[in-house]
Amino acid sequence: MVMKIGEKPFKERVADGVNDTFMRGAVASAQGRLRSGRLKAAEELGNWEEWRQLGEEIRAHTIENLDYYLEQLSENVTKRGGHVFFAQTAEEANEYITGVVKKKNGKKIVKSKSMVTEEINMNQALEQIGCEVVESDLGEWILQVDDHDPPSHIVAPALHKNKEQIRNVFKEKLGYDKSEKPEELALFAREKLREEFLQADIGITGCNFAIAESGTVSLVTNEGNARMVTTIPDTQITVMGMERIVPTWEEMEVLVSLLTRAAVGQKLTSYITALTGPRQEGEADGPEEFHLVIVDNGRSQILGTAFQSILHCIRCAACINVCPVYRHVGGHSYGSIYPGPVGAVLSPLLGGYEDYKELPYASSLCAACTEACPVKIPLHEHLLRHRQEIVEKEGKAPAFENLSMKAFSLGTASPSMYNIGSKLAPAALGAFTKEDKISSGPGPLKNWTAIREFPAPKKDRFRDLYKKRKKERGEG
Amino acid sequence: MKRMKVSLFVTCLIDIFQTDVGMDTVELLERLGCEVDFPEKQTCCGQPAYNSGYTGKAKESMKHMIRVFEHSDYVVTPSGSCATMFTEYPHIFKGDPEWETRAQALADKTYELTQFIVEVLGVEDVGAKLNGKATYHTSCHMTRLLGVTEAPMKLLSHVEGLEMQPLPHNYNCCGFGGTFSVKMTPISEQMVDEKVQSVEETGADILVGADCGCLMNIGGRIDRKGKPIKVMHIASVLNSK
Repeated sequence: MVMKIGEKPFKERVADGVNDTFMRGAVASAQGRLRSGRLKAAEELGNWEEWRQLGEEIRAHTIENLDYYLEQLSENVTKRGGHVFFAQTAEEANEYITGVVKKKNGKKIVKSKSMVTEEINMNQALEQIGCEVVESDLGEWILQVDDHDPPSHIVAPALHKNKEQIRNVFKEKLGYDKSEKPEELALFAREKLREEFLQADIGITGCNFAIAESGTVSLVTNEGNARMVTTIPDTQITVMGMERIVPTWEEMEVLVSLLTRAAVGQKLTSYITALTGPRQEGEADGPEEFHLVIVDNGRSQILGTAFQSILHCIRCAACINVCPVYRHVGGHSYGSIYPGPVGAVLSPLLGGYEDYKELPYASSLCAACTEACPVKIPLHEHLLRHRQEIVEKEGKAPAFENLSMKAFSLGTASPSMYNIGSKLAPAALGAFTKEDKISSGPGPLKNWTAIREFPAPKKDRFRDLYKKRKKERGEG
Repeated sequence: MKRMKVSLFVTCLIDIFQTDVGMDTVELLERLGCEVDFPEKQTCCGQPAYNSGYTGKAKESMKHMIRVFEHSDYVVTPSGSCATMFTEYPHIFKGDPEWETRAQALADKTYELTQFIVEVLGVEDVGAKLNGKATYHTSCHMTRLLGVTEAPMKLLSHVEGLEMQPLPHNYNCCGFGGTFSVKMTPISEQMVDEKVQSVEETGADILVGADCGCLMNIGGRIDRKGKPIKVMHIASVLNSK
């Protein structure tokens, strides 16, 4: 599966993450900023909950009628002289894109940020046919310069790096000789990227929302790079996940308002770019040729299932920015370009349980993600649903767990079994108990007591004490 | 005034490990004028199995609990998470002709302890006295899913002698998460350490909470690290005199 990053097993990835103090420092401070920014922006709007409600309704309606809106979008893009290609798989998408590039004899490609092109590993496909692909989003560019370090966040891909590390990357790879001040770093990147834009013959963008009624592709950026990508090269290719669509401009406005606030705490980003097909007669700019590649890559398999609402996601990363697990392990630990709660739900759906079965368990089900989601996706419920699928449909739960859950069910569905079990607990754990606590427990307690004390079960349970008390008071 | 009849759902953790919290809950409710009964056939809300994905097995425990509390007027439990589980039952039995309504009836009469005292009994000062500097851990299920945020704070603010300190980053999970704590121990460890650090920053000598799961986790870590912080369930704080 192409969205997979790295080959290390989950446990090792987590250990790497937990031990990476620099990364954790960078992530924690970014999370703090993004979280408070989102809350402030939501408060400024006033009736945030009503906006969320509206956002949820728009997304639910659109995904419910996805076929209708995709057809409308496709018709309107074609009407304006654009080309539309529906790719069922990553391979089909890459084949079409490389086909267009070959036909145009494209050599240098500039890109604006796009998660779906990461998902289908498009850059590699283009590099294989001899093209040079340049990322123009600052974060993505940093990672590209750093020997293709994978993104660790869907909005801020280089979030795991601090400014000193970025300076070192620039210094080592590009001979940068200035300080780690963000302004100086950004200026350097800007100068370098300007040259790339001017030389590029093909521009490739992602898509935040495609507007079905007009056949428009909209892009939300703070750097203006999407505007450069879509104005300088003669040929533009836009790649979108098949769910990144809204019926009309009116819904686009609502969702952009939610997106920028939830993602970065801004009322609006510096640029909202909207493009409707290739340059028309009498228009001053825009590409001569426009291709829209709509990628399925497993999404239609989610339609009609209990997981459908994960397709409502507008990729704001608010869930990632509040997730305590993400904070401690970092994005790369998820082994997918989609990290955090949304990634833990989406990656197993798109990539299968074989590679991603641990992700739904990498959550304390604290529901911070669900609370933060601007379109009210019940993320923690989806994580739970994955666990149900793994246990009950896939039969992939460990045998030991199956056994202990069987025992749990026996012990809690029948009062007499519970009575015996809870009565025997102190004796069973007696050998491990010292001064009312267990410091090194057996079985499932082993992991608990590896880092914390466990209380010894009481000889007299609450029910025994209660009975005694009742008797003493002459009620029993 | 007619005495309010309350059925105590004590939770398995309290029944087996934290018996004094159960006794404090009974005494507190009685002092507030309630008639408390303890349906002896109660076991566990089913959450360990449910949250691990064993819905079928969890449903057996859930059905049992629905039967146990079928004739209660109010079900009160000193656990935000277990109360949340009861309120989830109708969602879990959705579409089941026999069990959905029965699950709904249980959910409708279930209250977390502090929620019951403030919202149903209308009491904010229970007349408790405890000297010390304390901070309160807002457990995730209780705040985000059950929506109980103010009741515990109101009750604690009236405890004589108790100085409350706000807990920084109180919205962060403590890393318990039921089986998460043993399945994902390296991650859970980082989360609980972060929580312990936040508690330490307050300078409090007492950590108060309304969920035994979280308290066993944070308390167990505090104990292992040898920190001088006492961990108390809110029922015990409110029953201090």
